[in-house]
Amino acid sequence: MTRTRFLIAFVIGLALLPQLPVPEFWITQANYIGLYTLVAIGLVLLTGVAGLTSFGQAAFVGLGAYCAAYLTLSFGVSPWLTVWIGLAFTGVVSLVLAWITLRMSGHYLPLATIAWALSLFYLLGNIDALGKYDGLLGVPALRFFGIDLNTGRSFFYLLWALVVLAAIAVTHLLDSRTGRALRAVKGGTTMAEAMGVNTFSTKVTAFVLAALLASVSGWLFAHFQRTVNPSPFGLNMGIEYLFMAVLGGVGHVWGALTGAGIVVAMKDQLQVLLPKLLGGSGNYEIIVFGVLLVLVLQYARDGLWAFVESRLPRAQRKVDWADAPALPERARPPHGEVVLDVVAARKEFGGLVAVNDVSFQVCAGEILGLIGPNGAGKSTTFNLVTGVLPATRGSVSLRGERIDSMRSRDIAKRGVARTFQHVKMIPGMTVLENVALGGHLRGSRGVASAMLRLDRAEERQLLKEAEKQLRRIGMAASMHELAGNLALGPQRLMEIARALCADPTLLLLDEPAAGLRLKEKQGLADVLRQLRGEGLSILIVEHDMDLVMGLVDRVVVMEFGTKLIEGTPDVVQASPAVRAAYLGTEH
Amino acid sequence: MDFSIASILMLDGVTNGAIYASLALAIVLVFAVTRVIFIPQGEFVAYGALTLALLQLGRVPGTVWLLLALALLAAVLDALAALRRGLPPGRVAVSAAKALAVPVVVTALTWWAAPQNLPLLLQCLLTLAIVTPLGPLVYRLAYEKLADATVLVLLIVSVGVHFALTGLGLVFFGAEGFRNPSFWDARFSAGALTLSGQTVIIFMVSIAMIIGLALFFERTLRGKALRATAVNRLGARLMGISTSGAGRLSFGLTAFMGALSGLLIGPTTTMFYDSGFLIGLKGFVAAIFGGLASYPAAAVGALFVGLLESFGSFYASAFKEVIVFTLIIPVLLWRSIQHGTQDDEE
Repeated sequence: MTRTRFLIAFVIGLALLPQLPVPEFWITQANYIGLYTLVAIGLVLLTGVAGLTSFGQAAFVGLGAYCAAYLTLSFGVSPWLTVWIGLAFTGVVSLVLAWITLRMSGHYLPLATIAWALSLFYLLGNIDALGKYDGLLGVPALRFFGIDLNTGRSFFYLLWALVVLAAIAVTHLLDSRTGRALRAVKGGTTMAEAMGVNTFSTKVTAFVLAALLASVSGWLFAHFQRTVNPSPFGLNMGIEYLFMAVLGGVGHVWGALTGAGIVVAMKDQLQVLLPKLLGGSGNYEIIVFGVLLVLVLQYARDGLWAFVESRLPRAQRKVDWADAPALPERARPPHGEVVLDVVAARKEFGGLVAVNDVSFQVCAGEILGLIGPNGAGKSTTFNLVTGVLPATRGSVSLRGERIDSMRSRDIAKRGVARTFQHVKMIPGMTVLENVALGGHLRGSRGVASAMLRLDRAEERQLLKEAEKQLRRIGMAASMHELAGNLALGPQRLMEIARALCADPTLLLLDEPAAGLRLKEKQGLADVLRQLRGEGLSILIVEHDMDLVMGLVDRVVVMEFGTKLIEGTPDVVQASPAVRAAYLGTEH
Repeated sequence: MDFSIASILMLDGVTNGAIYASLALAIVLVFAVTRVIFIPQGEFVAYGALTLALLQLGRVPGTVWLLLALALLAAVLDALAALRRGLPPGRVAVSAAKALAVPVVVTALTWWAAPQNLPLLLQCLLTLAIVTPLGPLVYRLAYEKLADATVLVLLIVSVGVHFALTGLGLVFFGAEGFRNPSFWDARFSAGALTLSGQTVIIFMVSIAMIIGLALFFERTLRGKALRATAVNRLGARLMGISTSGAGRLSFGLTAFMGALSGLLIGPTTTMFYDSGFLIGLKGFVAAIFGGLASYPAAAVGALFVGLLESFGSFYASAFKEVIVFTLIIPVLLWRSIQHGTQDDEE
């Protein structure tokens, strides 16, 4: 494992650095890098993984720092207690902010964090008890088992131990059930919700975790600088944190370290160079930072670490789940029971009636084909059944239970799995991990157990199930490939495996054969027949008539949002109305 | 507080609100057309006020050199791209010359005019001529390449542009503040209320700007093209509307409105190189009232922000910024309850 060796070498290098006769200034700089890395790791989680952004991380650092400084100075509280108080306080504040802004579309969160960073800055600068803009002086050094951490070198060890722990914990988190959910949220909520992920609480989790990391950095900052004042917690610093993450590479934990290191080193050089060049004095380095930020986004969107990453060998996941116990399966409904019952479902978009009082049923152990010309309302019908869109009128029931007013993830919980007309996946994860996302609801482990690796037993079960479904669909050979590297046909098959990984009662397939070659289509048909034999109900939308007519038990034909006819393939193929719908009528 | 103080605060708030309104409209316009959340809007305000301040002192403002440098850079990039596409060098040279014509003329004019101590109005026009072309150039250099990126990426670009422009502001104008002379020294008294000529000008110009914008959108082909781009970028492109042209135009408008706002408030407050940012953000708070989509709601929001600020500075002057920026939280809460969960597909 090259990566593990790399990590060990890095840790040894870190441990040796303060013992070497390097100038004190180096140690100070390394400490700042560590403090900033903690915050930037939070941004990796937030921006790179979950697709959210905050310019207010410096404000969370400020909360942690002021908590530490104020409580130790005014009440003599031990620093080992203030760190927890700071975390609790930051947690509450970030929860409130997240709860308010994360319900809305993505750009409101960063705007809110800008406003919040500004108001906290002015608030800290105007409160008498916090020393106004002068801040609080004389914060004591930390004591760790009798050792005073009052020098840069002694402080270095505590700080970097925490940085390495945070990096490992976040890396573990990303490779877990919660980690997959976090990544799924980035591409929009429809797919994640269909997999049973509570996207709102997942986003809140990412935001709060990032805030907590910043708070720890603040606590360390207060005891390192021994003084706090509002200026390092203002909006500019918040923007610099984001700059570090983007520059280093917002998709990787190592990117955070790279970015923090480069920014600290660059800032030091620029603060000497630019005033000489431009005359006068001031924080001219922000010109360079600003221009660089734009250039990085234009030319190297994945950051500098991505260049290193692409040269590192990609570690293939070790198959360690061979003898993991199988996940429990849902009891199948008896053959012939009505599983899905759509009664007079109707969907209006303004004046347009997309689905016009359509009724049909799907029974256990049956494949129902839903066909019709483009624009007939097939995909809208799908969205009504899966809870992506609320029906205007009518009812949709699953095994006798009304599901038409439920959220997607609650419908998924009841055993409805689906694929999408336009493939929705996480291109940066392997095929196996993408499929394992489908089993989200069959696991229960959360953030803490993922960080501490207490989730491995469940994780092995999930991965075993994912491999099983991939094998069934004939894709076991490519399970370690990145999903984004697959051709369209295999991507569609992967979506089916992902849906099967949820152990569904009802499977909804939206044009599964589009982009498949003949052999793959035949393979797909065989798998679907086998699933039907196991008592699964399948609703399939498809344009390939050979496939549909040879596969399904019954067909529902839709045209202009209305159900035209329902019957066996023979009846439908013979119907003049269907011919007219597809080919037009002679006049 | 008695009635006279209330009315003074009210007048003060509405005056600032008028400025915030024009900024908020520009922000909504840019977001609708390009999906860019244009954080650096406030920098144009500072550039406008301070460019005029330097002209008043008889100095050549650094913004001119920025204009020239950005124009050169854009021309070189455009020329390289055109040559790579295989266009004949002659035509490339002509279009580069065309693109450089305005900046060069403006630079030469400023260089000549700066020591002449021209009348205030001419200096104002010159300021507008310097700052307005910066808008399209910023769009060309920072955003155009990323026109199809997500809102989030564009927002991070905006923050980068804000950093660069603020830092350059420090280079051009130094750290000390400037206060411009009033455009009109007249005073009108109505009871306890005194209306200064500057206030009258602020109202008149802001209202003219808003009406002008409305007419532009309703009556002109270019305005309609911008509206079309705002509704559907792809559709607009298929109708032969250049979306990058629309982007440049909207940035030109926003730079113009920013610079004009800067000229208007220059005489009422001391401007520093970084003062524009807070002013622009207040425009943002206002724009968020309308969900970055509604022009009337943004204008109402701007008046509200102005009033809140003036009353806030009366009651708790140290906390006035805290009050204004914390306001965004209840506004967002109100919008999130009203609209519920929104999905943004990427």
